[in-house]
Amino acid sequence: MQVTVNGKSMDVPDGLTVEGLLVQFNLVEERVAVEHNQRVLDRGAFAETVLASGDVIEVVRFVGGG
Amino acid sequence: MEQLTIAGKSFRSRLMVGTGKYASLAQMREALAASNAEIVTVAVRRVNLDAREESILSYIDLNQYTLLPNTAGCHTAEEAIRTARLARAAGLSNWVKLEVIPNDGTLLPDPIATVEAAEQLVKEGFVVLPYTTDDHTVARRLLDVGCATIMPFASAIGTGQGLESLDRIARIVDVVAGRVPVVVDAGIGAPSDAALAMETGADAVLVNTAIAKAKDPIAMARAMAMAVEAGWLGRQAGRIPRSAVASPSSPEIGRIGSEAAAHP
Repeated sequence: MQVTVNGKSMDVPDGLTVEGLLVQFNLVEERVAVEHNQRVLDRGAFAETVLASGDVIEVVRFVGGG
Repeated sequence: MEQLTIAGKSFRSRLMVGTGKYASLAQMREALAASNAEIVTVAVRRVNLDAREESILSYIDLNQYTLLPNTAGCHTAEEAIRTARLARAAGLSNWVKLEVIPNDGTLLPDPIATVEAAEQLVKEGFVVLPYTTDDHTVARRLLDVGCATIMPFASAIGTGQGLESLDRIARIVDVVAGRVPVVVDAGIGAPSDAALAMETGADAVLVNTAIAKAKDPIAMARAMAMAVEAGWLGRQAGRIPRSAVASPSSPEIGRIGSEAAAHP
C-alpha cells in the first residue's frame, strides 16, 4: 500500500505499524516524534498504530537551531 | 548572583544559547560548555530518511541542560502549534520557544499569531517562551495569556546589529514588572550588546549566531557569559545618573601652585 512519509510517497507492507516503519528506517533508538494524519502520537502508541493506505506520516527529530 | 527562575525552575546562568550554525556538533558542545548556559534551544525538523545523520542529542547532556525546542520555520499559529506538540511528544521537554514568523526574508515575528498560538499552547500545558517584537503592548498580551517569559528581539535574527531600541526594551521591562523574566533574543552581535541588554533590565539573553559564527566560537561563548554576568551585576549595583556637567574625581583643594586655601 502507498503511504506518504515526510512528503515522500512510498510502498509499505499491509498492516505495518508506526513502530514497524521506524524499524525499517533504523530509527527505533532515536528520539523521534511522529505525526499520523496530522495527529501527534505518544511514543507509547507507535506499536499499536497500524498504517492504512493513503496515510500521511511525519517523522521529526531535534536538530541545531536558535 | 540571584537565580533566574522560569516556570518554577531555577538557573544560575542568565545566558541561553542556540545550537544552530556551528561548524560541527563537537564544536557546538564545546561552545555550550564555555557559555555556562543551562538552557539550550533546538529546532524540530523532518528526519532524513535517505541518509543516517548523527543525533544532536548525543552532544547535549540532558542532566546538565534544559532543552528548549523552538518552532522556527513556522509561518502560522497552526504550524507552530503542530511543531510544539511534536517537540513535546519526543518526551524530553514541555517547554517551547514559540516563533511564528511569516516572512523568511525579514524573520520578524507575527505578533498576533504568536499571541494566538501562545494562548492555545498554554491551555495545553506547555511552558511557552515566545519570541516577539519589542512592542510593549504585545508583551502585555503575551503576559495575559500566561507565557513564562517575554522574549523581545534586540534586532532581526542573525543580523548581529545589537539593540535597535533601548527605550523599547526598557518599556517592556516596565510593563512586565518582574512577573516573568524578560529575555532579549536575536540580534545580539557582540558581548557589549549582551551586557547592555542586561543593564537595560533584561533578566536573560539568548544568543546563537554571534557565538556560532564568531571566528573563535568557544572564546566568544565565554565572553558572552562574562558580559551577561557583568551586565546583570551592573544593573543590580545601580548605575550613576548621566550628567551634562563634569565633576572631578580628585580633590579640588590642596592643588600645588594655588593660593593657600584654608583647610577645613
